[in-house]
Amino acid sequence: MNALEIDAVWKYFGDFPALRDIGFKVTPGSVVALLGRNGAGKTTLLRILAGLAKPSKGSVKIHGSDVREEATRRRIGVLGHGISLYDELTATENLVLFGKLYGLDDAEKRAHQWLERTGLERVRDGLVREFSRGMRQRLAVARTFLHDPEVLLFDEPFTSLDDRAIAVLQSLITDAQSRGCTIVMSTHQLREAIELATHIALIRKGQLAYAGERRQEMLDDPAWLYRTFESESAS
Amino acid sequence: MKQEAAAKQIAPSASLRETWFSFLSQTLTIAGKDLRAEWRTKEALNASLAFSTVILVLFSFALDPNPEMLQEFSGGLLWLVFLFAGALVLNRSFAREMQNDCLDALLASPVPPAGLFLGKTLANYALLMTLEFLCLAEFGLLFNVRWLGAVGPLMLVMALGTWALTVVGTMFSALTVNLRLREVMLPVLVYPMMVPPMMAAMILTTDLLAGNALAGNMLWVRVLVGFDVIFTLLGVSLIDTVLVG
Repeated sequence: MNALEIDAVWKYFGDFPALRDIGFKVTPGSVVALLGRNGAGKTTLLRILAGLAKPSKGSVKIHGSDVREEATRRRIGVLGHGISLYDELTATENLVLFGKLYGLDDAEKRAHQWLERTGLERVRDGLVREFSRGMRQRLAVARTFLHDPEVLLFDEPFTSLDDRAIAVLQSLITDAQSRGCTIVMSTHQLREAIELATHIALIRKGQLAYAGERRQEMLDDPAWLYRTFESESAS
Repeated sequence: MKQEAAAKQIAPSASLRETWFSFLSQTLTIAGKDLRAEWRTKEALNASLAFSTVILVLFSFALDPNPEMLQEFSGGLLWLVFLFAGALVLNRSFAREMQNDCLDALLASPVPPAGLFLGKTLANYALLMTLEFLCLAEFGLLFNVRWLGAVGPLMLVMALGTWALTVVGTMFSALTVNLRLREVMLPVLVYPMMVPPMMAAMILTTDLLAGNALAGNMLWVRVLVGFDVIFTLLGVSLIDTVLVG
């Protein structure tokens, strides 16, 4: 069974088609780099994959189930543009909150493990509003991985992260890959994304310009992808 | 064989019980989170309490509180204060989730949208009831009204009327959360919807403060109960469409 099945997905905002007939499949354990220029539709597609928006047409299945089913959502971890943490709660309270919402029996234990893993154990009782930007980002990473998701969806995960947070996230992504997790991440950091990915999906103006395995040409010259497939789809 | 059959019978009910327990636990977790956040900041409660105090004090200067007049306007005045001050609490409900994109994390989690809605409604209900008790005490002092004699029926009317305000307000708070003018839009949308339950609550409160029994006004109690049930069911069933589209 495929980890992700995106079938003829269209998304309209008013009359404007932000996504046009997007369709591809992702096998379990794949790392998909979702590439495209600003406004191409990457975030819209990721929001549909995360169940945060519904497609106007078409369907999305995760491990064969609808993404809005509760059981499916337990298997997904989402790291979006925002940190999705409450400023008025402490680091521990934030993680315990999400642990409980994901139905973890050992939410407190798991929260402490992840605080330690992300280097935040020392400030576990501090309010998030008092944290530095880097600490907030590491806590957001901990929140994403807290429930051991099988499918990870990242929207520009490395943008505006500090060095320590990048190192934490990279090691967690590598670890998740080795455990067979499926990862989909949108990014503008072409070289890093292509190095990390097993598959590439390139979106151009809401349409899929390329979806398939990573090729040697992409590793040799990341700009080759845009040169080759964006111009092809344009013509 | 008998044991197997019994196990088969027990399994669905156990699973159903687990589902309900999980739903209840998630709902209470959401409510607890909202109350804890409000307790730390007190932004909605402080603003609404200050606002309601100002209205009550101004009305105590503007109106001559003789017993006959009080009988006429007590219910109306109280519920208008609850309605205006309540909008300040309800406005913050989903707006709080926009900070740091927290709503996305909640929607991506396995919490059913109905659980999210009911959790937020419960937290708002607790905040509004607290606010209303404080307002009622202020009202008694400023207007020399002795409401303790009818405290039981009065609590019932407050509980029913406040649930109506909370459930409609929370629903529209979700609907207007992405609007730039949500502070204005929420009252504009909620107040017209609140005409039937507010009429009922005002009439019942005025009668109770005048010393009449609740038994003579059961039609208005039924209006409140009916409104509460219908709008709770509507909220629970429509919240997914409102939040996810």
